[in-house]
Amino acid sequence: MTAPREFHAARWNEPLVMQLGRPGARGQLFPAPEPEVAEAVGEGLIPAAVARKDRPQLPEITEFEAQRHYLHLSQMTLGMMGISLFGTCTMKYNSKTAEYAAQRPELAEVHPYQHPDTLQGVLSILHEFDQILRALSGMDQFVFQAGGGADAAYTMAAVARAYWADRGQLGQRTEMVTSIQAHPCNPATAAAAGFRVINLPLEEKGYPSLQALQAAVGPNTALVMINNPDDMGIYNPEIREWTKAAHAAGALIFYDHANFNGVMGKLSARELGFDACMFMLHKTFGAPKAGGGPAVGAYGCTAELAPYLPAPVVLERAGHYLLDHDRPKSCGKIREFWGNVPQVVKAWAWARAMGAEGIRLASDISVVANNYMDRKLAEIPGLQRSHDNIAVRRMEMTRWSLGPLKEETGVGTVDFANRMADYGIDPWWMSHEPWIVPEPFTPEAGELWSKEDIDAWIAVVARIAREARECPEKVRTAPHNQPVAQVKGEVFDDPARWAMTWRAFLRKHGAEAARGAA
Amino acid sequence: MASRPRAHPWMANSAPGVLEGMLAEIGAASVAEVFEQIPADHYRKAPLVLPPQLASELELRRELVARLRRNEDCERNLSFLGAGVWQHHVPAVVDEIVGRTEFLTNVWGSYQSDHGRNQAWWEFQSQLGALLNLDVVQLPVYSWGCAAGHAIRMAARITGRRKVLVPALSDPERLSVIRTYCEPPEMAGHIAVVTVAADPTSGRLDLADLRAKLGPDVAAVYFETPAYLGTIELGAAEIARAARAAGAETIVGVDPVSLGVLAAPGDWGADIVTGPVQPLGVHMNCGGGVGGFIASRDEERYVRQYNGFLVSIAPTAEPGQWGFGLASSHQTSYGAREHGRDWTGNSTYLWAIAGAVYMSLLGPEGFRELGNLIVARARYAQRLLAAVPGVRIVWPDTTFKEFVVNFDGTGRSVAEINDALRARGIFGGKDLSAELPALGQSALWCVTEVHSAADIRRAAQTLKEILQ
Amino acid sequence: MRIGLVVNPVAGLGGAVGLRGTDGPGTVAEALRRGAVPQAGARARRAFGVLAAARPGAAVAAAPGALGADWLAGLALEVTPLDLPAATGTARDTRAAVAAMGPGALVVFAGGDGTARDVAAALPPGAAMLGIPSGVKMHSGVFAVSPEAAGRLLADILADPDRVAWTDEAEVADIDEAALRAGTIAPRLFGHARAPLARSRMQAAKGSPRRDDGAALAAAAREVADAMAPGVLYVIGPGTSAGAVTRALGEAPTLLGVDAVRDRRRIARDATAAALERLAGDGPVRLVLGVTGQQGFLLGRGNQQISAPLIARAGREGLIVLASEEKLRRLAQPCLWVDTGDPALDAALTGFVRVHTGPGRAMLMRIGAA
Repeated sequence: MTAPREFHAARWNEPLVMQLGRPGARGQLFPAPEPEVAEAVGEGLIPAAVARKDRPQLPEITEFEAQRHYLHLSQMTLGMMGISLFGTCTMKYNSKTAEYAAQRPELAEVHPYQHPDTLQGVLSILHEFDQILRALSGMDQFVFQAGGGADAAYTMAAVARAYWADRGQLGQRTEMVTSIQAHPCNPATAAAAGFRVINLPLEEKGYPSLQALQAAVGPNTALVMINNPDDMGIYNPEIREWTKAAHAAGALIFYDHANFNGVMGKLSARELGFDACMFMLHKTFGAPKAGGGPAVGAYGCTAELAPYLPAPVVLERAGHYLLDHDRPKSCGKIREFWGNVPQVVKAWAWARAMGAEGIRLASDISVVANNYMDRKLAEIPGLQRSHDNIAVRRMEMTRWSLGPLKEETGVGTVDFANRMADYGIDPWWMSHEPWIVPEPFTPEAGELWSKEDIDAWIAVVARIAREARECPEKVRTAPHNQPVAQVKGEVFDDPARWAMTWRAFLRKHGAEAARGAA
Repeated sequence: MASRPRAHPWMANSAPGVLEGMLAEIGAASVAEVFEQIPADHYRKAPLVLPPQLASELELRRELVARLRRNEDCERNLSFLGAGVWQHHVPAVVDEIVGRTEFLTNVWGSYQSDHGRNQAWWEFQSQLGALLNLDVVQLPVYSWGCAAGHAIRMAARITGRRKVLVPALSDPERLSVIRTYCEPPEMAGHIAVVTVAADPTSGRLDLADLRAKLGPDVAAVYFETPAYLGTIELGAAEIARAARAAGAETIVGVDPVSLGVLAAPGDWGADIVTGPVQPLGVHMNCGGGVGGFIASRDEERYVRQYNGFLVSIAPTAEPGQWGFGLASSHQTSYGAREHGRDWTGNSTYLWAIAGAVYMSLLGPEGFRELGNLIVARARYAQRLLAAVPGVRIVWPDTTFKEFVVNFDGTGRSVAEINDALRARGIFGGKDLSAELPALGQSALWCVTEVHSAADIRRAAQTLKEILQ
Repeated sequence: MRIGLVVNPVAGLGGAVGLRGTDGPGTVAEALRRGAVPQAGARARRAFGVLAAARPGAAVAAAPGALGADWLAGLALEVTPLDLPAATGTARDTRAAVAAMGPGALVVFAGGDGTARDVAAALPPGAAMLGIPSGVKMHSGVFAVSPEAAGRLLADILADPDRVAWTDEAEVADIDEAALRAGTIAPRLFGHARAPLARSRMQAAKGSPRRDDGAALAAAAREVADAMAPGVLYVIGPGTSAGAVTRALGEAPTLLGVDAVRDRRRIARDATAAALERLAGDGPVRLVLGVTGQQGFLLGRGNQQISAPLIARAGREGLIVLASEEKLRRLAQPCLWVDTGDPALDAALTGFVRVHTGPGRAMLMRIGAA
């Protein structure tokens, strides 16, 4: 087995930016108003009553010092530069060519209120990408306004509100039904949109029973939101019956396609009976995650739901592209403008670079690689697959449990995550709430990582499992080779000690602590 | 033997033999066998037809650049568009830092492996807190409108009331988002959105109308300074006092680049402050550069209502060392699903890093100079445009970087004028004639530090020419 | 925090020899006759061995002799024996030791549900309890999952009490051993106690597991109370979850008994089956119920006052169930059970029921016949 790599992260002991510099130092200068401007407008343009009198307590540093400081911070961020088999997030290569293209002024310095005649390039990309997603899903129209997967789930809730309001049934259709293992954003966005949330528990086959769904839906159901496969790697083979059951109750049913990587090119949401679906472009479609956005949840639906989409929608008329704002039944804006356009461009570039053949191959690789990983992880004592009684091969990821190892050694999944980084491996994803299995972790290999990467990753897990038995304190006190030692979390829920800003920090911890914060 | 497709540069395991090797190790005869969970009749029947593959970087780049070149942009043209996305100078160091692959490809690790990113995030919060004079700043949400929407929902939860007062002269784009967040009247959680009239002589909020509408059912008053149409709200402190007297929260929207010259909202009674992050070092990105911040005093009644990530500094196991993590995170939808505060997810956190770098580069003097330069040039533009026959500034000398230009006296529509300007390489201001018919043929022009006096003269001169 | 130890030396004797518990001296004698070996002391030693390794010199106040101190001999701990009257070999010994540990202590006990009841009954003000699992029956929510887990939890508490979550509502439950030996399970709730929660901290980033279940349930209970129909008899079952509805009406619930509410007013407290049937008369009835921990009983365990005729009147549609998501998640099976004594009624109740977990939030649960 591959031996874990020796690694030490950069440790710059970098001061806080507020502690750098010297009075009067400058990182950016702005010219004084031109003489003709000054002469024309005079002084005292801001009324005294609303003029700022204090000096904001910002750092005073040079341009180079700002550059060096933030470069140091970037170097103290592992950020997928190790091996990141971060399940539920489908880690991909983020094309530099697409990145650099998006930084060109033809996109970066474009205003969304420019006349559409001046936006034909970007509109052609959005339109073609809409067509690509239609082909992958069978839906009739996509929009990119949502700023992430959760925002796309919220878009679904808003579209459902408009759809039912238009039929005079919103007062009656007040409920959204989902599974307890659905991503938290589904119940949370539905609740924030005003729906009551009905959760279905997992039953013996690892997914909610069709009977439970049938008992849950009825004349009060506005919407069902479901993912498939789930984060355990279980595919619900009754999903066709689910869409039928939802429709039999008159309800809409939404496919959260967060876990699309294993089924892309193989399934069509529309053919399975769904009314709408969502793709995460910063995940499945190769746009960067950027530590949590800007992201895009591409939301697509059938022609029946399309009138309720947030405006604008990109249309093509005889080779000319336009933005359709005239949508009287629209649910209203989810977010200003038309979405994180550069991310859509990068996702389009990913889809073009992959093509249909590349997309199909990527899903094959994802699922085979996960099963290879399952096989290898099963050889490490103390690890247990979720729903261990279900023997079938999982999809593109599997939820695992460190429960037995924790029982034996007291070392759990948080300890592992902290320790992994010491070997240059990005900490693993554990699980969204709720933790259905104890001490969970969820690896996903996707199509990016090589078999050697997967082997190296597993070797680190095996090494830490051995450490848990031989020197558990070393794991529990990890990390040891990172930019800082283990962060002590007690302050995070203590109003007297948490500090979200330098101002609050000085107030609560005093100048002495601030000096030590260097 | 059939020729096998070449390995794809983005897929290591597409190299010959790798997939087969893994299949052998797991004892599967074929790829199809590994998909044993999917019933046969679930597979798509429609053939997947996509545009042809561009597997080589060479072809991909060519296609990307060719498409993007069909756009016109605000560097080659002279643009006066604003209204939610504004053209500001972006320092090159900001571009370098947000382009760092460690930041771009980062998702989520441990507090230690993400230390550098977390410090940058906290420095964003800290520096913005210094501009606002507030102790709590959340990492940005999707946009300013979304920030206002969450802030209004926070106020509704805090007060138990279900009505918000907003200016009649609100940005329709932002207001539409706010209405979405306030839920339709059919929902039990609906928050009524009631507009407050503007003083027709200044564009400022009509305080008499505000007082008439403030009552024991009002959760919050939301207003902006500078406002949608550029107006600096002189009555801000008075509005906050009136709201407080009625038991309502004061929610404010501010432009952070104005805060070198305009008083910090934390100093005049704002309770929850929102605003855009795009002006802080983010390119316009065709509207894909937006993000919105939420800030407040450090009181538990506010902190426990935030929906997203609040980064806190915290000690580490090493004495004297500090790290970072998330405060009060169990209240997010990650921690509490549908029991949490609204929801959170991927947001616009890269722009927090952009903002941190931007604010550290400007410093206190940079923000002061920037604010003074913008307001001087915007007022200069007002004077020059007003000198064009038939052109009138609607509320002169009351604004920061945006202002309303009326063309009724020219006999031409904004659309016609903007078409003519565009033909001469100038993007005129946003056409207001459809959304605010009372203002006639008016447009919202935006002037910032990127517009030199010469640019402004060119615009005025061109306008004069096309109106002759 | 002061840590005390009391061992029930006869706990767990019955399990290995098929006696399903050791309540009462007769059973103990029978167990010993069948060759049972005492378990509890050795398990206590395993737990405190982990503590001693992690925190050498930690202070422990132990009951004397076989009731505690003997099992700690030789461990790197600062053991102070409690000054107690001579042992009697009965539950009185446990109670005396617990009382002697004083207010605010963390009482660590080795035993099962019976011991937990004795500890809870004598728990001084502000004190908490933690069980080293050593009994046959362990239905109470105060046990660590293993002796080693108990030891690690103690070490964590001594290192930094903030790292550990606490609950004031851990269930102390027991079952009727005579019934159990006869083949039926009848757990009963005896009260609530303060206890540490042995959960690992969540991946801090995406939310810690601490959630205010109490507040969510209280809000759900307010919704239930607000939706009460006039003229309907609402029978409020035992436990804090169902009791939250009584609380939402402004009254203190009878936590271990059954109350009745009509027209938003409580009209009976700690009522018997006969009293409830009398109150119901021929009118409509709804049942407000909690769920028993781990096993997931809705009816027939600890609420036998709610008789089959009343249940039949309410029907499945008349069940209003409240429970936290956490409690539902910890059920041994994703199913709720009913055992009304009437097999036909049990069968009629099977199906699905909505369990209110918060305001506008519900979990759909399957009901099975026990």
